[in-house]
Amino acid sequence: MARFPDRALAALFLCLLAPAAASAADPSPERMRELVRMVRQDCGSCHGLTLKGGLGPPLLPETLREKPAESLRYTVLLGRPGTPMPPWNAFMNEAEADWIVRQLIQGFPEETR
Amino acid sequence: MKSLLTVLAALLLSACASPVLRGTGDLGIVIERATGSVAVVDSSAKSILGRVEGLGDLSHASAVYSRDGRYAYVFGRDGGLTKVDILERRIAKRIIQAGNSIGGAVSQDGRLVAAQNYQPGGVKVFDAETLELLADIPAAFEAGNGVRQFSKVVGLADVPGNKFAYALFDAGEIWIADLSQPREPKVTKFRNIGNQPYDGLVTPNGRHYIAGLFGEDGLALVDLWKPEQGAKKILANYGKGTEKLPVFKMPHLRGWAVAGGRAYLPAIGKHEVLVVDTTTWQEVGRIPVKGQPVFVMARPDGRQVWVNFAFPDYGQVQVIDTLEQKVVQTLAPGKAVLHMEFTPRGEHVWISARDDNRVVVYDTASFARLAELPVQNPSGIFFTSRAARIGF
Repeated sequence: MARFPDRALAALFLCLLAPAAASAADPSPERMRELVRMVRQDCGSCHGLTLKGGLGPPLLPETLREKPAESLRYTVLLGRPGTPMPPWNAFMNEAEADWIVRQLIQGFPEETR
Repeated sequence: MKSLLTVLAALLLSACASPVLRGTGDLGIVIERATGSVAVVDSSAKSILGRVEGLGDLSHASAVYSRDGRYAYVFGRDGGLTKVDILERRIAKRIIQAGNSIGGAVSQDGRLVAAQNYQPGGVKVFDAETLELLADIPAAFEAGNGVRQFSKVVGLADVPGNKFAYALFDAGEIWIADLSQPREPKVTKFRNIGNQPYDGLVTPNGRHYIAGLFGEDGLALVDLWKPEQGAKKILANYGKGTEKLPVFKMPHLRGWAVAGGRAYLPAIGKHEVLVVDTTTWQEVGRIPVKGQPVFVMARPDGRQVWVNFAFPDYGQVQVIDTLEQKVVQTLAPGKAVLHMEFTPRGEHVWISARDDNRVVVYDTASFARLAELPVQNPSGIFFTSRAARIGF
């Protein structure tokens, strides 16, 4: 199931790959809209459109606030082996994952139509 | 002359006062997941008759029908259970029955509606008429550390004998609840059926219940005619020697992909449909497809099997010819195809394209695009013909 022999090693590898990305600026407004839609709709198929949880756990501020942002970032990018959570690193970079995590902790934006 | 006029006037008046009588056999609903509404549709006219609003959070919502085909029971993510009168196009009754729910089924006798819940994990059974709670069956199990927990319930199906079969995602169990006495359910539990069952189906004849496993290769099978034999694992090694791809959406098993003595099942983490002989339950083939299958649905006559896919390959739909055992058509109905539904005898299929805000109707013989209906973020499409099918 695990795609990497060791998650920590994989995390380190990602850090080396994109050393500057972690502190990079926010995504462009257009990309933000795409990310919001991806989280609401595609993450929403397991976590719920309102992110209150489903087969996957809730992604609400009160459930995430206690967790270190860095571990949330790697959960998004690399998934959680042993659970249905897949890695999303083929669809976003580290800065974008960070932006998503920040939004989730603050209360995720609604889609604009 | 005067009396004739009076009769005529009375006739006209009564025609105004009562709506035109019609059946519901060619009606259905489409879930509009972002707006918490359903569109009531007519599959003969290929048109939208109207909308019913106020159904709450409908992400991942599903619906089943009363046996007279008049009422849809819609299960929402927010735990809402809404009974929709599709003839009068209004909410007949609505309750919040759980914190988080994804589906349900109507009993064989039509008198019960059961909801499968994630939170709190379990099954609740209601009077189909009044939505009064009749039975609450928590999905309690003992976790590895000896602590009593409640599992998320998946794959609920109605099975003959006023029973419901379902699987416990967190516990790795299949339960069959006998509701012949609705207030005193009798539950038969099959333990250690496999790791993380994610959905289930019952075969069209109501004999076999199958739960797909996410945490390991294979599926768990219970012969409901011989429950004493227990659950057995089938296709236990379908992924052997190859690495699974990450799964961006859980497949769905519901939808009767049983055709011509074979079952067509989605392979988890693979771009394949698995083909199983339904007498021996041995794998007899694999059909390569465009992406990871989500719904694998047989046309009612069994000649074709239609497949849609998980993110990021969800712009396409493929059609398998069951005689040739291969893909014979690839269609692009629109962005983010979430669901498909056949008309009762299968001459047309309705497909929802969420991100293009439309439902597309195809002819299943010529693959011609017959109609496009504007629907806001459509997801599930449910026709009343489900009322007459075992499992729904």
